Amino acid sequence: MNDNRVLEMRGINKSFPGVKALQNVDFSLNKGEIHALMGENGAGKSTLIKVLTGVYTKDAGTITMSDAGEVQIHSPQDAQKCGISTVYQEITLCPNLTVAENMYIGRGEGKITNWKKMNEDAEKLLKSLEIPAKATQQLANCSIAVQQMVAIARAVDMDCKVLILDEPTSSLDEQEVEKLFGLMRDLKNRGVGIIFVTHFLDQVYEVCDKITVLRDGQLVGEYEIKELPRVKLVAKMLGKEMDDLSDIKGEGGTYEGKDADEKVFEASELQSNAGIKPFDFYIKKGEVNGFTGLLGSGRSECVRAIFGADRVIKGKVKMHGKEVNISKPLDAMKNGIAYLPEDRKVDGIIGDLSVRENIILALQVLKGFFKPFSKAEANAFADEYIKKLNIKTASADTPIKSLSGGNQQKVILARWLLMHPEYLILDEPTRGIDVGTKVDIQKLVLELAKEGMSVTFISSETDEMLRTCSRLVVMRDRKVVGELSGDDLTQNKIMSTIAGESSV
Amino acid sequence: MSKQINNNESFLKRLVGNQLFIPLIALILLAVINLINDPGFFKITLGTNNAGYPVFSGYLITILDYGSELGILAIGMTLVTAASGGQDISVGATIAIAGSAMLRILCGGTSRPTEIQAPIIVAFLVACVVGMLCGAFNGILVAVFKIQPMIATLILFTAGRSIAAWINNNELPIVPDPKFAYFGGFIPGIPIPTTVFIVIACIIVIALVLKFTNLGLYTQAVGINENSSRLNGINPTFIKFLTFVILGLCVAVAALIKVSRLSTINYSVIAKDIEMDAILAVALGGNALSGGKFNMWASILGAYVIQFLTTTLYKFNVSSDALAAYKAVVVILLVVFSAPKVREQMGQLGKKLGSSKKGVA
Repeated sequence: MNDNRVLEMRGINKSFPGVKALQNVDFSLNKGEIHALMGENGAGKSTLIKVLTGVYTKDAGTITMSDAGEVQIHSPQDAQKCGISTVYQEITLCPNLTVAENMYIGRGEGKITNWKKMNEDAEKLLKSLEIPAKATQQLANCSIAVQQMVAIARAVDMDCKVLILDEPTSSLDEQEVEKLFGLMRDLKNRGVGIIFVTHFLDQVYEVCDKITVLRDGQLVGEYEIKELPRVKLVAKMLGKEMDDLSDIKGEGGTYEGKDADEKVFEASELQSNAGIKPFDFYIKKGEVNGFTGLLGSGRSECVRAIFGADRVIKGKVKMHGKEVNISKPLDAMKNGIAYLPEDRKVDGIIGDLSVRENIILALQVLKGFFKPFSKAEANAFADEYIKKLNIKTASADTPIKSLSGGNQQKVILARWLLMHPEYLILDEPTRGIDVGTKVDIQKLVLELAKEGMSVTFISSETDEMLRTCSRLVVMRDRKVVGELSGDDLTQNKIMSTIAGESSV
Repeated sequence: MSKQINNNESFLKRLVGNQLFIPLIALILLAVINLINDPGFFKITLGTNNAGYPVFSGYLITILDYGSELGILAIGMTLVTAASGGQDISVGATIAIAGSAMLRILCGGTSRPTEIQAPIIVAFLVACVVGMLCGAFNGILVAVFKIQPMIATLILFTAGRSIAAWINNNELPIVPDPKFAYFGGFIPGIPIPTTVFIVIACIIVIALVLKFTNLGLYTQAVGINENSSRLNGINPTFIKFLTFVILGLCVAVAALIKVSRLSTINYSVIAKDIEMDAILAVALGGNALSGGKFNMWASILGAYVIQFLTTTLYKFNVSSDALAAYKAVVVILLVVFSAPKVREQMGQLGKKLGSSKKGVA
């Protein structure tokens, strides 16, 4: 083994019932290296990480560490002892404990806890990493971004040799991402090997030294970052040359029915109890528009108010010019509005239920309590959409929670498309999803709009919004501060509107 | 050849994975123990009862008869568990309330009436309303006020028997009409206990409800992810409330059987500890007590396994005071066996057996 190596994985195999998740995969990591692990959803990135951290037991293969030789990792504790720390995509801390408790839990080796010292240490560490949280604060009261940073602080503090960051940036805004990158570079200089899993290509090219690409559970190759330009990387991940990402808007054309000017949905002075200011909003038939703004600017709260997901306290809502009352999600659904929520895990999937049940759920609820679909009908619906959206699942009976993130998202999308809504709201539909699926979803949105569906699209990635939307509502501090369309739809203009430089 | 072995393997795996596996194994185990101890356990004889009518008797009949209340309660308890992720511990006490209400209607407030004061059906309907009101009370606490089910139902668990006694001024009325005893005994001329028919009726009703409504899908969805359910147009509050009301209805039916068995009531003893057996039935059926997915038939089967166990223990001359300790042992075994880790290892064992067979072949 090379002197510089800190970790080597050789010939890793892992299968689940019906799926070979990893086949003969090799991976190696040097000291002081930031190594990106790339691949589409279901390529095996998460599985490889989970094998390394002891969440799954590998079926075959060896894991070798520089100082300990071949190691057997059967549990997350084993991994921790070997110096492997992980920060997962989804926060895995305990929201009901304090920040300090979360940082030190499970590390006392049975010794009595010195609360005072623990809090002091935590405070010091938080300060050195510039994390805006107090040690004694309850974790649930921190924003998602801060929770994520606490998880990283915990990992950093454990003197790790290998730090795994599994999609750490998906819920952070740009500044926070920069701070995280600073932290990563700092750790790199101290000789820590970092495995970085992300879907953001920009970020890979900003911080990483090497890239390992996986596809369908197999190793495609390991590359120096300089040797692999972006286009090639995407091609490797997809296993084919990509369509041009940059312009998909022109392709399909727009909806050209006679009623293209009709306002499908119109809200005035709408306000919910989620702390947003009253706002006006409308969408025309076949239009794609979007809410943009920083994380926490109230984008999601606005669409939740439209759908009745939060309690509406004020405002008038019209569908096709007729006033309607939407006070709960069912009202919205009855009016042909569908809403794909931001947090797939908390608000979207029903984990233990099958893919089929998850797909038919919304339409079933709409059809009524006393009219369940027959088994044959449900199967037909599920099969249709599994095929249509190319959902990768062992069968329609598989529980949705065992699918990869992107495929779960497709199932939720299928659920709402099955309802044939007039107005579809997509809140961060592409978060944590690979490039291929992202493009699929964007294309689908434009196709649907062309057929006359109105779509509101929310995304943290501005270029994605620019690619799909013809009109953008800009938000700042829980308030609508502007609306952009036509020639104003540029990155710069959006930025300046968000920042409040109205003079441009 | 190898394909067949694969089929065997997957069959074994499916069998172990099936929710009915644990209660079935427990049932078979109990049957074997009894068979070895005394094959006479399974004898069913046709005799005559005091009134001179033909009746079947034997241990198996006893199990079917006395497991009825538990089987009926298991239906409601399964739904409550699935939707709310908690259990109702007040069912024993609410049986006392519903039963007491029934007696009050039948006897009209006097303790020794010469004839019943109202038709039995009226009394039963009143008991249903009372049972559902108790369920609604629990349901509102759990669904609207978001109190943990076990704490919410602790109120009626504690107060229920006193309320039951208060309804009849703490008297113990005796129903004079022998027809009332048919529900917990035998209808003249029919040698099978009436309770068996009542249970079958309940099972048919719940099977129809599960087939022709979305009760199953909604309760499971609410139990697994309340947020998602709400965003899909389901009203989680109402669904939870509904499951408690359904359990209240089950309680009323169980109360009919219980009161009918004696034609009177003993407030402090009637249906004592039945809530724990009902919860155990749900667990024995392999249903997660934290809610979510459920298998109704496994729960009902679980109820009869418990009665089978109780009857077996009586057969072995275990005193009723010591019964609980023996049941505890069963609970321990059950919990260990249904743990995912043990199941996984059992699955692997099955795989090994399959492959060793292959080696021999």
